[in-house]
Amino acid sequence: MTRSDLIVIGAGPAGMAAATLAAQQGMSVLVLDENPAPGGQIYRNLPTSTATQRAVMGPDYAAGLPLIDGLAAAPLTVISSAVVWDVDQDCTVTYSKDGQAYRAKADQLLLCTGATERPVPLPGWTLPGVMTAGAAQILMKTSGLLCKDAVLAGSGPLLYLVAVQMVQSGTPPKALVETQTPAHYRAALRHAVGALRGWKTLAKGARMLRDLRRAAVPRYTAASDLAITGDTATSGLQFTAQGQAHHLECTTVLLHQGLVPNTQITRALRLDHRWHAGQRCFHPSVSEWGQSSHPQIYIAGDGAAIGGARAAEHAGQCAAADILRSAGRITTAQRDVLAASAKRNLARERALRPFLDALYAPPAGILQPPDEVIVCRCEDVTAGDIRAYARLGCKGPSQTKAFGRAGMGPCQGRSCGLTVTELLAQATGQNHQDTGYFRIRAPLKPVTLGEVAALHSPAPSQPEGQDP
Amino acid sequence: MEAEFAIIGGGIVGLSLAYGLLKRGKSVCIWDEGDSAFRASRGNFGLVWVQSKGLHQPAYAQWTRASARAYRSFADEIETVSGLPLNLQQDGGYIIHMSEDSLDADRKLYEGLRNRLGGDYPFEVMGHNALKTEEPNIGPKVAGALYCREDGHVNPLRLLRGLTIAVRQLGGMVRTRHRVTDVQPQSAGFTITDQNNTTVVAEKVVLAAGLGAMTLGPQLGFTAPIRPQQGQIIITEKLPKLMNRPNVEVRQVDEGGIQIGASSAEVGLNDREDVATVAGLAVHAVDMFPKLARARMLRSWAALRIMSPDGLPIYQRSVQHPGAFFVTCHSGITLAAAHAGVLGDWLTDSAEQPDLTAFGEDRFDV
Amino acid sequence: MFERMDKGQRDSLRFTFNGAEVTGQSGDTIAAALLAKGHRVFRQTPTTAAPRGPFCMMGSCFECLVVVDGETVQACQTAAQDGLTVTSPPAIKDIP
Repeated sequence: MTRSDLIVIGAGPAGMAAATLAAQQGMSVLVLDENPAPGGQIYRNLPTSTATQRAVMGPDYAAGLPLIDGLAAAPLTVISSAVVWDVDQDCTVTYSKDGQAYRAKADQLLLCTGATERPVPLPGWTLPGVMTAGAAQILMKTSGLLCKDAVLAGSGPLLYLVAVQMVQSGTPPKALVETQTPAHYRAALRHAVGALRGWKTLAKGARMLRDLRRAAVPRYTAASDLAITGDTATSGLQFTAQGQAHHLECTTVLLHQGLVPNTQITRALRLDHRWHAGQRCFHPSVSEWGQSSHPQIYIAGDGAAIGGARAAEHAGQCAAADILRSAGRITTAQRDVLAASAKRNLARERALRPFLDALYAPPAGILQPPDEVIVCRCEDVTAGDIRAYARLGCKGPSQTKAFGRAGMGPCQGRSCGLTVTELLAQATGQNHQDTGYFRIRAPLKPVTLGEVAALHSPAPSQPEGQDP
Repeated sequence: MEAEFAIIGGGIVGLSLAYGLLKRGKSVCIWDEGDSAFRASRGNFGLVWVQSKGLHQPAYAQWTRASARAYRSFADEIETVSGLPLNLQQDGGYIIHMSEDSLDADRKLYEGLRNRLGGDYPFEVMGHNALKTEEPNIGPKVAGALYCREDGHVNPLRLLRGLTIAVRQLGGMVRTRHRVTDVQPQSAGFTITDQNNTTVVAEKVVLAAGLGAMTLGPQLGFTAPIRPQQGQIIITEKLPKLMNRPNVEVRQVDEGGIQIGASSAEVGLNDREDVATVAGLAVHAVDMFPKLARARMLRSWAALRIMSPDGLPIYQRSVQHPGAFFVTCHSGITLAAAHAGVLGDWLTDSAEQPDLTAFGEDRFDV
Repeated sequence: MFERMDKGQRDSLRFTFNGAEVTGQSGDTIAAALLAKGHRVFRQTPTTAAPRGPFCMMGSCFECLVVVDGETVQACQTAAQDGLTVTSPPAIKDIP
């Protein structure tokens, strides 16, 4: 079993920045990442992207290159295509690569697993042809594939970003159907002061809207009662907007209602989590430096709280600095110096967040979907089923799962967990914190019994990684 | 008096007992800790299992067989009342042995029990070839199996849900997220207090709280010599049919996944799975069924059995406080039919009650 | 439904999906190559036999499950390679 001072799980901006800093400061660092190359989702495929792809994705995409180059130059080991499926309380990580399982031990762990899309349970959302806005972006970044005949629907900065990227590519979306209402704007204005600190990002947003206007992309605002139509595949999107019923024919619907931290590992480790009302999701509880309720385990980036790529980078540096301190390699004073600009930058990036969270808050329609909507996609459990289990006395997700199998499928609650919590909280009158979330257990991703069995004998040494 | 019977614990044991009492026309309220409880009822293997039980105590073998025999009509009732299919299958089951020696050692134990029961104990020894005819997917390392035609399995989570529905339908009052912290005998009846300081008075109280009996038992004059014993289980993705009958370590559940278990460890109140134990389960499962090497594990879990010193149930009336009962076992699924059936006669002190002296707490007094 | 940004790039690998030939480009995941050729339905659910296709493209939703070399994998996390035999997961029969 390999031993490192620090294992970083996730090579997005947070993981890359943290690993690079920790390694530069003399720690032995192992980075484990699921994708074929570092970059996370935001900078996915960046080094091998074509000029066309970079032009379409925009300047923020290419801005990730220094991080990727920094990681490649740093004195650490990166193992890509490594699927982490168990993390122990003693900081032992079990992962699989190319059909073989390995175990790696460290003194400290940094979890940078980023975000996933908030589930958007709507009628018809399980039809082929319905994907997330993020999925469309991944297809553009990786295979250079453009989605024709698509409607973008929902709320959040990514919705507009993907729309603009599609316009840039020459295949604009058929329409934008936005669920934001005037009430969202009013709620957001309460955070106007913070918003002013993030004026650059706001200006960027304004430019995106201008680009969409110039491209004459139809926009429907204050949309509600969204439903995807189609029998065996998507044929269109129906909704109500400004008092009128609409049905847009299309073969692809791209949904988005913001991002939420990916808490599979933090939950499996039984770390403390707190419901965050503004972001309407659970955050793992961390100190200002990213230290979790387990002193040797840190969390940085969107996996701790949604803040975007630049915030993730700064949070990664802050976490690395405190990891160095907690490992006894630097003093508190030295940590403060090392992380000074990262801390400042992080505060600046975070200032805009409450404004964005309020502006793009998910609408009641997807937090409390109608009874017939599928909530657990893997096991076909509807919102009505969940409400029925609440009436049977289920006060939390574990009993609800036992009664109806929601959360038992391959995705282990990634697509339904937050919805189940919302439905139960509403049905039982408990707050979200008391309602809780699914119990997450190993394996974090499915792994063959043969691979698991092979761990029973002494585990093999690590596979070929990227060593300087 | 809120109810005649207050049952502490809303798991499979508490619900089965409640169902039986409600059928007898008694008023019943159930107190359940709720979602975060250790809940052996959610973590078990789902077997309705006869063989290997009571090898050193024929009364337990008889008690188990009686429950298995009553299971079909019990399951039918719950299915009718709740509308849920429980998928009870009682076509027999195996304990697979990987060596001739262990197969032979167990065969001798079963024969010993059979003798003590006057020849009435069903089992067969199957060699590798005989087993392969029945179960084509067993691997070459399998030496053979002990087969019992009375073994079977059920969907334990559907049973839990079905019983919950049935109990409510029959008028049982169920309080969830009400963890009982205190039970006080009074001059007539018992006061039950929960973590929110809700207090209720009942005529009789049945302690069916799993590991909770460790703290509540002494309040009612019970020794409650139980301890947690951890077991870990694996479930795979849904697969086409790979096995015809369950065995005690591997069964294909009705939803299609293969369930693999179960380890045994004395680690206190620790319900965390670990890779080393899970890897051991995987090795053994692949030895038994080599095709499982390509099957993907979706989830593993650990749950805590409620273990008495000899592994047998405890059925005890409180001597100090008449009207208090203590029920505990680690085979709550197998014994559900007995708990919903004849045990009600014991709780209501009726003339036809079963003789449960073999399961009293005093058997542990030396 | 999907077209390539770079029209000049040629398909350079070939695999089969449920017996039908599919070509793709180096760097494609199986999911991307299938979507590029208009395959939206990857499988049917084991519960209700409902048609499903990729949703998140980042390994989170598990909707894009396919069978490659006897093992069920996420098509969006698996590289498309020359000569692969890819099929939909089998329907779950014989539920007792």
